[in-house]
Amino acid sequence: MRRVAIVQTGVANTASVVAAMRRCGAEPTVTDDTGAIAGATHVVLPGVGAFGAGMACLRATGLDRVLSERIAQGRPTLAVCLGLQLLCRSSEESPGVTGLGVLACDVGEFAPTVRVPQFGWNRVQGGAPGGVIETGYAYFANSFRIASAPPEWTPSTAEHGGRFVAALERGAVVGCQFHPELSGAWGLALVRRWLAMEGATPC
Amino acid sequence: MLTRRIIPCLDVRDGRVVKGVRFSGLRDAGDPVELAARYEAEGADEIVILDVAATPDQRQTCCETVARVRASISIPLSVGGGVRALVDAERLLSVGADKVALNTAAVRRPEILRELADRTGRQCVVLAVDAVQWAHGWRVAVRSGAEHTELDAVEWAGVGEALGVGEVLLTSWDRDGTGDGYDIALLRAVASRVRVPIIASGGAKGPAHMIEAFEAGADAVLAASIFHDAAMSIGEVKDALAERGVEVRR
Repeated sequence: MRRVAIVQTGVANTASVVAAMRRCGAEPTVTDDTGAIAGATHVVLPGVGAFGAGMACLRATGLDRVLSERIAQGRPTLAVCLGLQLLCRSSEESPGVTGLGVLACDVGEFAPTVRVPQFGWNRVQGGAPGGVIETGYAYFANSFRIASAPPEWTPSTAEHGGRFVAALERGAVVGCQFHPELSGAWGLALVRRWLAMEGATPC
Repeated sequence: MLTRRIIPCLDVRDGRVVKGVRFSGLRDAGDPVELAARYEAEGADEIVILDVAATPDQRQTCCETVARVRASISIPLSVGGGVRALVDAERLLSVGADKVALNTAAVRRPEILRELADRTGRQCVVLAVDAVQWAHGWRVAVRSGAEHTELDAVEWAGVGEALGVGEVLLTSWDRDGTGDGYDIALLRAVASRVRVPIIASGGAKGPAHMIEAFEAGADAVLAASIFHDAAMSIGEVKDALAERGVEVRR
């Protein structure tokens, strides 16, 4: 049976993720319990606030290890906005803080010529055919971004003062710089495709 | 490319949408959940709810309204009005707001902006500036326009950015509900002062006003009367903007 868990990372935005999951037919639990996260079939890692605080939260609860294992095993995991950035090695937002490092890339600032934060709907160029991320408009709210994709991950891209990584996917592990839960019908369709994935069976 | 946002605004009191002129003379304009869902279907890029109630009881009603709207839409929801303390902001975020707009509370104690941004990230914090024209520019109005301060509106937007707000909701008090167009000089002044996105508000009657606002540096435009009165649907507005070369999501 499908068990969807949303990682409790802070006060904000969780309600929107819950609402989107419900609209896609899932009944998620919001938790920071490592057992619940390890046992869920589908895990959403939302993210709000700063990179350093986000990593401190994951380390304090032991979720850093649980999430890294899930992703290494290819189990369905959806990382959103800061959630995606936390999977990287580091971020210019919080110099000196080490990320989960499951993505071999770093997070940096946008070009100085554009408005920051990037707030609003940007055109996403989807990744490989048959993947979770299709071409369409997605809602972004971010001040930092990944400039180029790490090896072994399929990128989707968008433009804001230069091309940046809008999403990365590898099987059932998907990271979105945008907010699928706030991206209207396009975002809900993405969530449904992800919820339908089973991923690798844990051993 | 980031598209320009069209944002319908719901002024909510006692669980109903209301609309007035220069913040007063309010009349009923419908059910917030129905309107929000209709606007999303028409292509709204975001919904703003402004709580124009006055009492704590009514504040609770607003939280219920926010929760009901959240459950029915899949686009961003910003909520403002009556946010006096951090706890008010966090309550709104917990029931389904994605961003919280502060005006009076931030003028009284600017540090609340930094504190909220530290806790939730700057993308959750909107500085709502109600600007009133005077002989030498614009001053900030608080308490739904009831009190005019001596604070310079353009400078205040800059202070808000330095304290960590992620966006400025810039309302011209003089133009609100008039249909005379956005205050373009005000927009230009604030757009050159801050790097964060600006939502233009107050005075829109149609796409021509919105194009003026975008050219003056607005990243998004907010409107209420034209959509509530069904003078134009959001889809029609976006079609008209696209014809004039403005990038919108359709």
